[in-house]
Amino acid sequence: MSIDWTHFTPWASLFGGALIGVAAAMLVLLSGRIAGISGILGGLIALRRGDIAWRLAFVAGLLAAPTAMVLMGRELAPRIDAGLGMLLVAGLLVGLGTRYGSGCTSGHGVCGLSRLSPRSLVATGAFMAAGIATVFVTRHLLV
Amino acid sequence: MNALAAFAAGLLFGIGLIVSGMTDPGKVIGFLDLAGRWDPSLAFVMGGAILVGYFSFAAAGRRGRTFLGGAMQLPTRRDIDARLVAGSAVFGVGWGLAGFCPGPALVALGAGIDQAALFVAAMLAGMVIYDAAERLIHAPRRRAKA
Repeated sequence: MSIDWTHFTPWASLFGGALIGVAAAMLVLLSGRIAGISGILGGLIALRRGDIAWRLAFVAGLLAAPTAMVLMGRELAPRIDAGLGMLLVAGLLVGLGTRYGSGCTSGHGVCGLSRLSPRSLVATGAFMAAGIATVFVTRHLLV
Repeated sequence: MNALAAFAAGLLFGIGLIVSGMTDPGKVIGFLDLAGRWDPSLAFVMGGAILVGYFSFAAAGRRGRTFLGGAMQLPTRRDIDARLVAGSAVFGVGWGLAGFCPGPALVALGAGIDQAALFVAAMLAGMVIYDAAERLIHAPRRRAKA
């Protein structure tokens, strides 16, 4: 294993992570909800009365974030290697998997681990392991 | 009031995702690529988030109601079943293929990035399929067993 020092950003990542933690704290302490993105989106598919506005508002906040960052002088510059077909397959798997698994990186990885939930620990282990295995196959075995 | 709080939380969450580097699939894949040139940044994102989260959720757990007077709706399940593990593994495969998970994909969509729009559309389709399968296959089977 070698460390990618050119892309490694410990301080920005730690700070950004802390902001994510503060945002999750706001949602739970003010709205009483878990900041799990897949769960918030999933709840918008089977609509229930009285349970829509906060979900839409949270998603609107996420969508507005890049505009707020541009105003602060930072453009988003994602490096996306996946082609269109790959993006479609990946999106489908992420949608299905997060709903069957009751959460994603935010709900299990951040909120669940913060709550010391055994379910989230198992889920986080499973998606991390599957992600690492997938990248090993696509980056090292199939090249 | 609740919706305003949720909007502010979503905005800050998205800013955190951008600042931390999570909205860059290249960085996410760099973290998952243990056998290549490894970028450990994402461990710091989780560390920072969990450090703050641990104390916040402990405080939330002690409170019966939110600061706005609403109900505290925290998950209560503790069972580990095949759905949890298999679903999470399927999610991990998709995450590893594109480097996007749901939050960062939505933020990238907000930045008007075409590939993110495609990914989010497919992700929503996956969620619709889950809901349909739940209603048409899983729920009737559970009822038949009961």
